Amino acid sequence: MSETHEHAHDHEHPPHAHDGKPIQEDALPPLEAHVLETAVRELLIEKGVISSDDIRRSIEERESRNPALGAKIVARAWADPEFKSKLMNESDEALLTFGINMSPMELCVVENTQEVHNMVVCTLCSCYPRPVLGIPPAWYKRRDYRSRAVREPRAVLQEFGTQIPEAKQVRVHDSNADLRYLVLPQRPDGTEGWDEEQLAKLVTRDSMIGVSDALTPAEIED
Amino acid sequence: MEARFQPGDRVRILDRDQPGHVRTPIYVRGKTGVIERIVGSFPNPELLAVGHSGLPYKMLYRVNFAQSELWDDYDGKPEDTLEIEIYEHWLAPA
Repeated sequence: MSETHEHAHDHEHPPHAHDGKPIQEDALPPLEAHVLETAVRELLIEKGVISSDDIRRSIEERESRNPALGAKIVARAWADPEFKSKLMNESDEALLTFGINMSPMELCVVENTQEVHNMVVCTLCSCYPRPVLGIPPAWYKRRDYRSRAVREPRAVLQEFGTQIPEAKQVRVHDSNADLRYLVLPQRPDGTEGWDEEQLAKLVTRDSMIGVSDALTPAEIED
Repeated sequence: MEARFQPGDRVRILDRDQPGHVRTPIYVRGKTGVIERIVGSFPNPELLAVGHSGLPYKMLYRVNFAQSELWDDYDGKPEDTLEIEIYEHWLAPA
């Protein structure tokens, strides 16, 4: 990126201190890992093992995933008990019907019930079910979420605006190794007879991480 | 590969200091939990991370802990739990 950043003013400019500098400067030298990645990538391309287009396509594919996909899966699990059972017990096979391949990871689906509320964290880094939900939110990777979710989950849930009844058990899943976790939220009341498309609108990203519940029918009105 | 532990077995996480790409967080080391399920065998991440094949594969388990076992001053409900994946070479019978 250019250090000079000419800044042609063809856009509305928000009133903040700018001093003629880009907001984020690339002042730091590249990490050793970045240099290594570039070297390996260039070698692989030069030797014809993979092409630049293969890499671009792979990035495009990864970044095309988003929580709407997870919402469809949850909606089907709510609507179809047979699919739900497959998703809980042989998730690989259930995900294939959505064209998702988690390999070499496996998806572990944990179900919220009247008795249990599940939430997911990766204390060691930022493991996340990317093929199903896409890129994790910034807070998921932050040290405060990662350290506090295991230590005081009820306080963290409360800060997310999620009230867990005193009688409910809170079960935290530390996604630290080869599984990735998807929370199956409780199906909201008042959705009897809804089809999958309607149900999917109730399923938010955060409800599939377990820091909130699914939306209620009243919350998606108008 | 045969699993040394079965669901329901009580296990203690080894409390050893080991550098490198270790997937056993410090907060569970030395703690006692119960095998929730056998996940299967996976390449050893401690070797995989440094350019090896990860062989021999290691059996991986999900271990369930009472939160009160992990934190002396845990102030949620006594029934609250935490589940985490632990490789067999970090487990001992309890």
